[in-house]
Amino acid sequence: MKDDVENREDRVANLKGLGCSRKRVEDARFTQGKGNYVDDIKLDGMIFGDFVRSPYAHARIKSIDASAALEVPGVLAVLTAKDLEPLGLHWMPTLAGDKQMVLADGKVLFQGQEVAFVVAEDRYAAADGIELVEVDYEELPVIVDPFEALKSDVVLREDLVAEDGSLPDGAHGPRKHANHIFTWEAGDKDPTEEVIANAEVVAEESMYYHRTHPCPLETCGCVASMDKVNGKLTLWGTFQAPHAIRTVVSLISGIEEHNIRVISPDIGGGFGNKVGAYPGYVCSVVASIVTGKPVKWIEDRMDNLMTTAFARDYWMTGKISATKEGKITGLHCHVTADHGGFDACADPTKFPAGFMNICTGSYDIPTAYLAVDGVYTNKAPGGVSYRCSFRVTEAVYFIERMIEVLAIELNMDAAELRRVNFIRKEQFPYTAALGWEYDSGDYHTAWEKALKAVDYEGLRAEQAQRIADFKAGKTRSLMGIGLSFFTEIVGAGPVKNCDILGLGMFDSCEIRIHPTGSAIARLGTISQGQGHATTFAQILASEIGLPADSITIEEGDTDTAPYGLGTYGSRSTPVAGAATAMAGRKIRAKAQMIAAYLLEVHDNDVEFDVDRFVVKGAPERFKTMKEIAFAAYNQAIPGIEPGLEAVSYYDPPNMTYPFGAYVCVMDIDVDTGVTDIRRFYALDDCGTRINPMIIEGQVHGGLTEALAVAMGQEIAYDDMGNVKTGTLMDFFLPTAWEVPNYETDYTVTPSPHHPIGAKGVGESPHVGGVPAFSNAVHDAFRAFGLRHTNMPHDHWRIWRTAHELGLHA
Amino acid sequence: MSKKMHIKLTVNGKPEEFLAEPRELLIYTLRERLNITGPHIGCETSHCGACTVTLNGKSVKACTMFVAQADGADVTTIEGIGGPDTLHPLQTAFKEHHGLQCGYCTPGMITRAMKLLEENPDPTEEEIRFGMAGNLCRCTGYQNIVKSIKAAASEMNAAGSSGREAAGSKKEVEAAE
Amino acid sequence: MIPAAFEYHRPKDLDGVLSLLTEHGDEARVMAGGHSLIPMMKLRMADVPHLIDLQDVAGLTGISHSDNTIRLGAMVTQHDIIGDAKLAERAPILREAALQIADPQVRYMGTVGGNVANGDPGNDMPGLMQCLDAVFTLVGPEGTRDVPARDFYEAAYMTAREDDEVLTAVTIPVPRGGYAYEKQKRKIGDYATAAAAVQIVKDGGTCTAASIAMTNLSDTPVYSDAAGAALIGTSLDDAARAAAVAAMLGDIDPTEDNRGPVAFKIHVAGVILNRAIERAWARA
Repeated sequence: MKDDVENREDRVANLKGLGCSRKRVEDARFTQGKGNYVDDIKLDGMIFGDFVRSPYAHARIKSIDASAALEVPGVLAVLTAKDLEPLGLHWMPTLAGDKQMVLADGKVLFQGQEVAFVVAEDRYAAADGIELVEVDYEELPVIVDPFEALKSDVVLREDLVAEDGSLPDGAHGPRKHANHIFTWEAGDKDPTEEVIANAEVVAEESMYYHRTHPCPLETCGCVASMDKVNGKLTLWGTFQAPHAIRTVVSLISGIEEHNIRVISPDIGGGFGNKVGAYPGYVCSVVASIVTGKPVKWIEDRMDNLMTTAFARDYWMTGKISATKEGKITGLHCHVTADHGGFDACADPTKFPAGFMNICTGSYDIPTAYLAVDGVYTNKAPGGVSYRCSFRVTEAVYFIERMIEVLAIELNMDAAELRRVNFIRKEQFPYTAALGWEYDSGDYHTAWEKALKAVDYEGLRAEQAQRIADFKAGKTRSLMGIGLSFFTEIVGAGPVKNCDILGLGMFDSCEIRIHPTGSAIARLGTISQGQGHATTFAQILASEIGLPADSITIEEGDTDTAPYGLGTYGSRSTPVAGAATAMAGRKIRAKAQMIAAYLLEVHDNDVEFDVDRFVVKGAPERFKTMKEIAFAAYNQAIPGIEPGLEAVSYYDPPNMTYPFGAYVCVMDIDVDTGVTDIRRFYALDDCGTRINPMIIEGQVHGGLTEALAVAMGQEIAYDDMGNVKTGTLMDFFLPTAWEVPNYETDYTVTPSPHHPIGAKGVGESPHVGGVPAFSNAVHDAFRAFGLRHTNMPHDHWRIWRTAHELGLHA
Repeated sequence: MSKKMHIKLTVNGKPEEFLAEPRELLIYTLRERLNITGPHIGCETSHCGACTVTLNGKSVKACTMFVAQADGADVTTIEGIGGPDTLHPLQTAFKEHHGLQCGYCTPGMITRAMKLLEENPDPTEEEIRFGMAGNLCRCTGYQNIVKSIKAAASEMNAAGSSGREAAGSKKEVEAAE
Repeated sequence: MIPAAFEYHRPKDLDGVLSLLTEHGDEARVMAGGHSLIPMMKLRMADVPHLIDLQDVAGLTGISHSDNTIRLGAMVTQHDIIGDAKLAERAPILREAALQIADPQVRYMGTVGGNVANGDPGNDMPGLMQCLDAVFTLVGPEGTRDVPARDFYEAAYMTAREDDEVLTAVTIPVPRGGYAYEKQKRKIGDYATAAAAVQIVKDGGTCTAASIAMTNLSDTPVYSDAAGAALIGTSLDDAARAAAVAAMLGDIDPTEDNRGPVAFKIHVAGVILNRAIERAWARA
């Protein structure tokens, strides 16, 4: 066969590279029930562990009596903090520089906290054993309000108070109160306050971004198997960062890292829930070491919602100042962050409030200041990035609400206010007042495209008519137009300022080209539904000229994959995607030398063309990448090692800054609080688009999670610290019936520093979607005097808004 | 622990007999006793549908059924709907239209969708959304699931009675009769 | 979530059920579809040492019609109700309500008998059956007795059924006139924030009979005789509907939960009932 008979277009198509809506290679196994999730793992002699959990939010543990439990046939052991203490494993480090009890050490700090670990031959015996462990609790005063915590005499964390009553510094500096964790600041305090004090117009607002939970359909779990003969520990689990878990397990267990193999099998959704290290992992490892048997631990849904990884819970107060014409001059933000009983936020070390300092949003704001106070309460630890980069959802919600409130203050259209203040295209790269350098953007173009697509003027006219009809008693329905323009900051991140537990947040890719022209590439990331096996092969296909269908992508096994920090915060494409492209380029560089040798020309006289190297000026003389691959293994080429492999560890020079423009149109039944999302338009700019089909799928999914969070999803506590929303009856996950069809659109503004210009998209729709839904609710009531009301906008809270505005009279 | 019962089931056409505690949940019977791991556990309170199987012609949540209740039943799981050489049109359509991401809900989705299409071979979008409301998905936002089911329906209707007969679907029809 | 161990019984006839109930007393519970009981057992909030599965008991299935009544066997499922053409013609409110219960999978398993018998104030069928003036047939060691739905509910999970009795059938007079089952809920699969069942007979522009019952607004379903009475003899103008709503509000006693506070529920109950009346009237 002669490759030159194919035209170039066909050769490009054959690669299924960048920009192609390639069907997913993962789907064959998932559609046939052949996925391999952690709970599918079954090992010889495997036993089960499960927790006795605290019914109280704050209590001292006077005694634990496991004798009755140990009588249950099949129960093998009951571990408590006392058993872990000699191993130094009764506490473990958190990702935020705090430490967390693995099993309750003298007291419990939140409902559902792990008290004892029952190990049994099967799930049934473990469950029966749990019922019979007798724990004697002495209840302590419960604090679920962070503002009260900062005033209270009740000390939640006695371990963080010195014997003389003084407060040692925390991981992020001085602490103001026993229940205070840190103060973190960004920007310029005094100049900002001065600008605001002297401004023509100031809008102020306080808002609570409620506590919620990522709630992937698969809960967290693991199987730990200690092979005592060979001294090797294998740990399968729902890990969004398998390498980091290996390092953590090594550090806390003392087992050398080369003797630990961590494997993330298929993961049934993560959304941030599966980034952290949980007591279940530690207890399973210990139980396996103790019993010499593989130990499985799988959360149930209540455990999941009550204990592992909440998100949000930010009390935000803002001031925004502007000229009378609407030009923003300053922004002030204070956050009281409720971190629960332990500070287990999953943020880069230097950023205890994540990237909350992206809260100047998409706007050219000359002066700004942010301060965040972290606080302990009797709630579960966590503070993960639920389908967003670190605290970016909170930041974007804050600024997009502040813009709306300022628009009210100015009596100005909110779309116009945004237009007036967007960072202009020519200002990029743009350094924001709170420090970030935005890589690229063209906000005005995206905004105008969005407004035109939805006929914004027409919508406003329709809304005006609706308001008139409502006032005339002709309808009881109001219409809201929810606007949102967001800029994300993803792709953590440059090692110079981003690390987790001291591990730089680079990522990696290792490629091996096989002699017959197919390949395997391994990465430090791990897909949880994003389709990495499909899209990373596309990146490589375009880089190395072999068809994506001939490239296997493998992730999640620390024995084979190169070290990486995992998948969260939309970092896979910006960081590992870049590593993939860079490793591909190393392959190509070597291939160029081989091609030149085979074509008997100088290296510089051949050039890459889709799937081959051709002699410059003589396109009929070429070697395909397939031929080159074979030559790499069968030719003795002077000065060139055999084989064709490459590895790249990519330290990104900057974050990437995807952006987008969303419009939500919502009808609201004023009498019942029932909402109907009539239309949702989403324009995303994620830079270079790798696989449009997958991008669209990510947008649909992220918007649906945004809908859930904005409209009803919360982890709610009563005053006693009891979780009120512990099952899927009360924790709102919308069904197909509650979810609209979405219209998707895009612009393309490549990242200038990313090898292929891609920025990442998985989290944008969630980050941008929440304010769009929320602003639609607010917009519906704007004409009746509403400035702000807190999410979630479920029926009764919307009803309350209407009621308080006098609309039920 | 209670007295074990002698249980007989037919799963994906294969007879199974074993002793089990009556409290064993059907989902664990399938997943752990019979190594049929397609159906998954998501919520455990009958809200999410990841555990959906077809039992005597009904879509049921295997998390909310004791194996004792299922004694004597005919059960079909995703594994019985189609394999590598006998893909059901729904399995093809979910891939073709990106009706899945993490894949965890997918076996339950497809199993439920198959029953839905049996009862309503040409559903509207609204009927699909209503008929699939017992299955939660956290990844896709459902839009492409709806699209996949609609596409599969068209495909199956175009193929008509002369179309392929998946082992599982044929048995379903018989069970329903 | 693993339930405690239990002994499982699957009797073939009612005598078998009754003798098990007599033998085990309050340690025994009967189960129909199990979609209320099994989650409670898994959460270990219900302790059932002896579980009596009714699926094989003869005589509990089927929908039968006579001139004036319809009999639903206790094991008739919501799915059966939705799919029964004759029922949809003679008592369409049953189908309309059943479609608003839970989700498709649950409706295949969930039964009329289980829904009305367990006394969960969130269940939809009890209020509906009160609206329709249904009669529940209870069989116990002392024989068979009929209890009107309107007299059956005492408090949450407390009913007129004795522990050794089994609810075997629900019989309704064939409803007349227009109907509506109106339910507000947070999502598919949720219980009602408020729900109203309404049957109205119209004769020459005047309401001659009206029956109204509400769901999940007290610890029992609420049949509001006064609300129905407020409509009779009127042309269902605004004043009449307002009077019916006011009467109904006097009969309910909602409590706060995750769906909202009391004031909200009272307001929504009124709105839902008003809409149900309007819809039923339009169909009458």
